[in-house]
Amino acid sequence: MSSIHSTMTLASVTRPPTVDLVKSGLKRRYRAERRFRSYGMAAVIMSVLFLAFLFFSIVSKGYTAFQQTFIRLPIHFDPAEIDPTNPAAANYDGMIRQALLKRFPTVEGRNARRDLFALVSPGASFQLSAMARQDPSVIGRTVEVWLPANDDIDMLVKGQIDRDLPETERRLNNDQLEWVRSLQAENMIEKHFNRIFFTAGDSREPELAGIWGAAVGSFYTLLVTLVLSFPIGVAAAVYLQEFAPKNTWTDIIEVNINNLAAVPSIIFGLLGLAVFLNFFGLPRSTPLVGGLVLTLMTLPTIIIASRVALGAVPPSIREAALGVGASKTQVVLHHVLPLALPGVLTGAIIGMARALGETAPLLMIGMVAFIVDIPKGLTDPATALPVQIFLWADSPERGFVERTSAAIMVLLAFLIVMNATAIFLRRRFERRW
Amino acid sequence: MSPFTLFILLLGLSAAAYFVGRRKAFAVGRKIGGVNRMHSLPTYYGVLTALWCGIPALLIFSCWLMFESNVITSLVIAQLPEEIRSLPPNRLGLIINDITNLVHGNIVGGEVNRVIEQAAEHYRGLKAISHAALATVTLSLAILAVILVQSRISPRLRARNRVEQVFQMVLIACSCIAIVTTLSIVLSVLFEAIRFFRAVPISEFLFGLNWSPQLAIRADQVGSSGAFGAVPVFIGTLLISLIAMLVAVPIGLMAAIYLSEYAHKRVRDVAKPLLEILAGIPTVVYGFFAALMVAPLIRDTGGLLGLAVASESALAAGLVMGVMIIPFVSSLSDDVINAVPQALRDGAYALGATQSETIKQVVLPAALPGIVGSILLAVSRAIGETMIVVMAAGLAANMTFNPLQTVTTVTVQIVTLLIGDQEFDSPKTLAAFALGLLLFVVTLGLNIIALYVVRKYKEQYE
Repeated sequence: MSSIHSTMTLASVTRPPTVDLVKSGLKRRYRAERRFRSYGMAAVIMSVLFLAFLFFSIVSKGYTAFQQTFIRLPIHFDPAEIDPTNPAAANYDGMIRQALLKRFPTVEGRNARRDLFALVSPGASFQLSAMARQDPSVIGRTVEVWLPANDDIDMLVKGQIDRDLPETERRLNNDQLEWVRSLQAENMIEKHFNRIFFTAGDSREPELAGIWGAAVGSFYTLLVTLVLSFPIGVAAAVYLQEFAPKNTWTDIIEVNINNLAAVPSIIFGLLGLAVFLNFFGLPRSTPLVGGLVLTLMTLPTIIIASRVALGAVPPSIREAALGVGASKTQVVLHHVLPLALPGVLTGAIIGMARALGETAPLLMIGMVAFIVDIPKGLTDPATALPVQIFLWADSPERGFVERTSAAIMVLLAFLIVMNATAIFLRRRFERRW
Repeated sequence: MSPFTLFILLLGLSAAAYFVGRRKAFAVGRKIGGVNRMHSLPTYYGVLTALWCGIPALLIFSCWLMFESNVITSLVIAQLPEEIRSLPPNRLGLIINDITNLVHGNIVGGEVNRVIEQAAEHYRGLKAISHAALATVTLSLAILAVILVQSRISPRLRARNRVEQVFQMVLIACSCIAIVTTLSIVLSVLFEAIRFFRAVPISEFLFGLNWSPQLAIRADQVGSSGAFGAVPVFIGTLLISLIAMLVAVPIGLMAAIYLSEYAHKRVRDVAKPLLEILAGIPTVVYGFFAALMVAPLIRDTGGLLGLAVASESALAAGLVMGVMIIPFVSSLSDDVINAVPQALRDGAYALGATQSETIKQVVLPAALPGIVGSILLAVSRAIGETMIVVMAAGLAANMTFNPLQTVTTVTVQIVTLLIGDQEFDSPKTLAAFALGLLLFVVTLGLNIIALYVVRKYKEQYE
């Protein structure tokens, strides 16, 4: 103690006063201050830039998918070919080929003809078949029809294929480019709104692939998830928050729920595979199993959010209700739960949004199958939107790149709507006591 | 009667039981001079009747359906001729599949012969009998319950207490689902993992340096012996997680410090939701972003610099995963930093410290346990993240710490081993469960430690 005192007095004699010491270091310290602050700012700006880059690159890659290239061809619905009692059986591909050959009569040879026929999507005949079935009066007439072009033509029209590349490195040969140019000159190739993308199921052909099947699959999956996880989650939260005695057992449950919230989602997929598929023998690839797995995954989220909402209801409300003779259950059901409902619903919506974006557990239970049909129920094989994105992202065709981005845009739109609803609910109905 | 109609009928019955019970309560009440002399409100008598009508019947209903197909299948097998029953289990399984497909009117894989058709007919008959029996049992039970309960409705029957007891039991059951989930995760993964460790010794799995889970289809096939040394997989996981943490921890932490200590309220109101959007983007989107935008970018930049970068480099997956984890780190550390009492900061300011000195020398040390906890949670997230690595990282199990090369991770291996049709008893599929068990144990350990640390830390300042 005395030695410190003596050095201090010494210092005050030999060294300049403390103020000067501080002042001399001030510049450096202020520089450090500014530097530290700018690091912080840089971190925030970088995160926001990542976000902007992500959105920009997805939108710039995907917006073209909302339009699709169509070729206008005069199709002769040959009455000799079409049996009016069974119009589906006719050879519509043949009619498209006739129309193409009529337009380009000089094309000779098998290979050249095959290249010509490849201008139109292989799925175009279904469109003609549907036309003949819906309106049998077209049979025997020649109708101008807009048929979906093949995905390579689509990419060319959208400028994704470089016309100047050497022919061998291009997916389209010189003849095909010439045909497209001549069709374009006569306005027989146009880009229209891509209705197929929103109404069709999956397909191997990008121009015929749509997200409707996946969207319906996601809808059914989320339906199962919501119906199961919302009541169970709220009930569990009510018990833990309002009824549970403070003992080891409830402590275990609590720790357990917090841990489950942080378990990797793929583990839930393994659980679904081992328990729901192998043990209970539920059908593979179905929204039912997907919904069950996602229920287990979202339960912790809903329970934690609901508990926070229930805990925010002031005890005075409970005491008042108990005071006028309500039982504990009546207090909860008639007063606490209705007051906490906005918070509970917000938690549920956020949980659902997370379930909507989840992919990995669905891969485990076989919802990655290639499914063309639109699922009609909970036990039909189905995929979900994020899984569809995963499947398309793996496809080599260029046409799928823009469709993947477009599907991502649709998925993000759903998520934004759900989260905005949650925020709106919270702002509008949340009460502060 | 199909189970679905029966289910609807049971629900309808118990709805009807509600009204029966309620009316009976009113009638009893009128006799003793007013409903308010009953123990409970008439509604409770109605609910009690409905519960007695519905719950036992539905319990029997669900148990019955759960075991029905197993029982019927074993009965059908018992009826099959001796030469079919003595087939090896997997062949027998195929025949059973054929039979059930025939029953459900699906496409049958194998040829349909006389025996299978007969068995299918037998199956159908048993199923019809079982459904009829189920309907009789449950419906009579439900009606019996209604009659019994409503005959016992009296002013002294404590209907409300009974109903509330049932309600509480339902609540308890719901809150135990979390425990059941954890248990079934542990049991199912452990069970399959043990089967795997019977085929492959655990020491080879944990310390072996060679991972190539392709098994020979034919006995004499070359180059696919199946090696299950998981060390390269662990190293890949660690490498990618490390890259992710190198991105996420500094940026996330600095963003949290800036937003909670420096930023103007208006900046915070804009920046925080933006960070939350980053957290809300599905991982499959990040995966697509990593595989189609970031990986080519890195490869081309590496090409310009004269580096050989694999097209599925660990760097791309790690970077994007880091971006994904930024909001996670920042929101957790934000909570932790906000929990540091203002008095500590004020004390530092009073001694003349600048704001950054206060943060670096007072706030951060005080918040350190909490920050470590949140970083541990982020690590567990990085290890368990699946879609980004499935789409952007490779399949080849290279033993390397070079971030420009392809590595594989635990989650990628689980997904690739289990996608597609596999025999469920080959070591290849079981290996996925062994990896899953390891993943679960590691992430669970990290979570428990992290949550404990964070909780202890928060208590310290409360």
